[in-house]
Amino acid sequence: MPTARAARRATLRLGAVALAGALLAACGSGSTGTSADKDGKVTITVDLFGTFGYKEAGLYDEYEKLHPGVTIKQSSTENEADYWKALQTRLAGGGGLADVQGIEVGRIASVTQQQADKFEDLGPLGAKDLQDDFSAAKWAAATTADGRTLGLGTDVGPEAICYRTDLFQQAGLPTDRAELAQKWATWDGYLELGRQYKAKAGAKSAWLDSVGSLYSVIVGQEKERYYDASGKLVYDDNAAVKAAWDLSVKAAQDGLSAKLAQWTPAWNQAFSSGSFATIGCPAWMLGYIKGQAGDAGKGKWDIAPLPGGAAGNWGGSYLAVPKGSAHAKEAFALVKWLTAAEQQAKLFKKQGSFPSNIGAIESVKDVTDPYFSDAPIGRIFGAAAEASPVQVLGVHDGDVNQQITNALGEVERKGTDSATAWSHARKGVENAVG
Amino acid sequence: MTLTATAPVPPARPPAAQAPAAPPRRLLARLSPYAYIAPFFALFAAFGLFPLLYTAYVSLYRVELQTPGEMEWRGLDNYTALLRDDFFWTALRNTFTIGVVSTVPQLLMALGLAHLLNYRLRGRTFFRVTMLLPYATSVAAATLVFAQLFGRDFGLVNWALGLAGIGPVDWQSGTVASQIAVSTIVTWRWTGYNALIYLAGMQSIPGELYEAAELDGASRWRQFLHVTLPGLRPTVLFTIVVSTIGATQLFGEPLLFEGSISGGISHQYQTLGLYMYEQGWGYFHLGRAAAIAWVTFVLIVLLVLLNTALARRRSRKGTRR
Repeated sequence: MPTARAARRATLRLGAVALAGALLAACGSGSTGTSADKDGKVTITVDLFGTFGYKEAGLYDEYEKLHPGVTIKQSSTENEADYWKALQTRLAGGGGLADVQGIEVGRIASVTQQQADKFEDLGPLGAKDLQDDFSAAKWAAATTADGRTLGLGTDVGPEAICYRTDLFQQAGLPTDRAELAQKWATWDGYLELGRQYKAKAGAKSAWLDSVGSLYSVIVGQEKERYYDASGKLVYDDNAAVKAAWDLSVKAAQDGLSAKLAQWTPAWNQAFSSGSFATIGCPAWMLGYIKGQAGDAGKGKWDIAPLPGGAAGNWGGSYLAVPKGSAHAKEAFALVKWLTAAEQQAKLFKKQGSFPSNIGAIESVKDVTDPYFSDAPIGRIFGAAAEASPVQVLGVHDGDVNQQITNALGEVERKGTDSATAWSHARKGVENAVG
Repeated sequence: MTLTATAPVPPARPPAAQAPAAPPRRLLARLSPYAYIAPFFALFAAFGLFPLLYTAYVSLYRVELQTPGEMEWRGLDNYTALLRDDFFWTALRNTFTIGVVSTVPQLLMALGLAHLLNYRLRGRTFFRVTMLLPYATSVAAATLVFAQLFGRDFGLVNWALGLAGIGPVDWQSGTVASQIAVSTIVTWRWTGYNALIYLAGMQSIPGELYEAAELDGASRWRQFLHVTLPGLRPTVLFTIVVSTIGATQLFGEPLLFEGSISGGISHQYQTLGLYMYEQGWGYFHLGRAAAIAWVTFVLIVLLVLLNTALARRRSRKGTRR
């Protein structure tokens, strides 16, 4: 009996301790696992979306070699929308952030206008002296009204058209870049070629991948799209947006589209299956095409300047350092190195991401790409970048674009008429922005 | 620890010898059961009750994820706005239709399967384990595979339909087609689970009832109708309640089917759960998302009460007869 009682008392105490432990564990703050700085070793975490290509181009290895003791860990999310959601949740919660975060140009206005306090001002860390290295527009977009620099530019997205020479040949269309550029000097010319292609190629292969991507490329040629300079939402009365919309609807109604929603598995598969012959091609798309079409696609693709003025920009990114990073200094040093002229030039040659660093633009003028039939990508994209307008960016640019491309999906996949689809887009935008 | 916890409280001790120590120990003995159940209630309070109440609080404000510090009082505006919100009604309708299309065939099939498995079959255990496999598969994996099967251009389903001479169906854009596709995933995952629950219920029905029925000359089908079904009533009620809750909360399958938070280009298969996610984590309107969450919660409670009441009325009628 005494022993039993003693045991009972012991288990009671044990139970109490275990309970307290469980409660403490439940309430304890999950300290974010930043690396230890023992013996000068630093681990810098980098969180990106899509394909930045740093790892693929061997830039991390090179940096680690140059800076002994530094280890770089990268994580990446394929779809930028998913990445942005996760980043916002982490910013709100204040945990789980990487030392370096990528930011897409469509979100940069949201960062500078709504979340400036959540990112390090890179100016005092040493970015002040770098301003002249970048194109003025790229620099200005990441600067707050009170002059803080929240990110350094990586790439920009000058646009061209990528096309399949083998499919063009089968359909009896010319494959020469200059000849094509002349034939599709206007968007109507581009659609006209599409109708010719459709007549020959039949049902197996379409002229373009989706009218949503066609729309995005066209609207990328405009200075003012969804917001005006004062930050007012103007997409509904903007004639340029309407023109891009009408042209996309026309393409859908003429049956020129493969009706594939961008960034879906079906779209990815289509790069190798030849379901479409042309695709609007911002420079960063080159890396994506190489990834999806693989080695089998080498030499089958080519690039020609964009219709309608050969100038336009879609996308591009920044690297930023969130507040609270344990290695803000080291992280900035990495960002500065990755966005420097030499590295941006290397990345363009390897991955196709077009540099925003002026020094790099200068040095890649004569680059050609064997994967794309030795197309002079340096010249084509360089000319497009130079002629591109400085775009007005708004807080909800990404959301508005998403709603409009969704509505265009209805037109091409369900045969919804233009006016109804546009009203759906408007309703969607109100719902997203309101 | 569990051994001592379930051991009976020791009988009163001789008072003289242990008098000074007794009160605290008796107090401990009296409190210890509470200590043992406390972990559950502590965790429930932290991760169940608090979020529930805090969600209600947030739903009365305009809160954006990007600026969580700035809360603007809206009262019930988030709720009244929902009533005028077409997307909300679409989501509600989709939740209902997908719920019916996935739950009804699912439960009927489960009932039939359980009935078959209740016979003495060769390799019965094998079949029972096989049935539970879909349930053990993760939603994400299952949905991604089904999304491939339902692909418009290269999907297996359309290929099979093509052999039968039926033109390719766009399983993503069409309202009916996409809802059937999403429901198929749900049905595939949960049929086996429900079948096993029905099977357990059937096995608790005494064998004498069947013998008596057989003596009376009842066929297998009559036995099923008049012995099995009445005996299964509580089990059926349980599966209906659980399936109703599951259908109202449906989220993973429609989200991953195309990876679209809008539930397709025209919201054609967006459920309430997905609409909440779109508002909260697509557009960062936390206040509105919280309001949707509470409406869903109230809806589930109402549906469960309705189900239970209906089932009770039916069973009372049954016993009266």
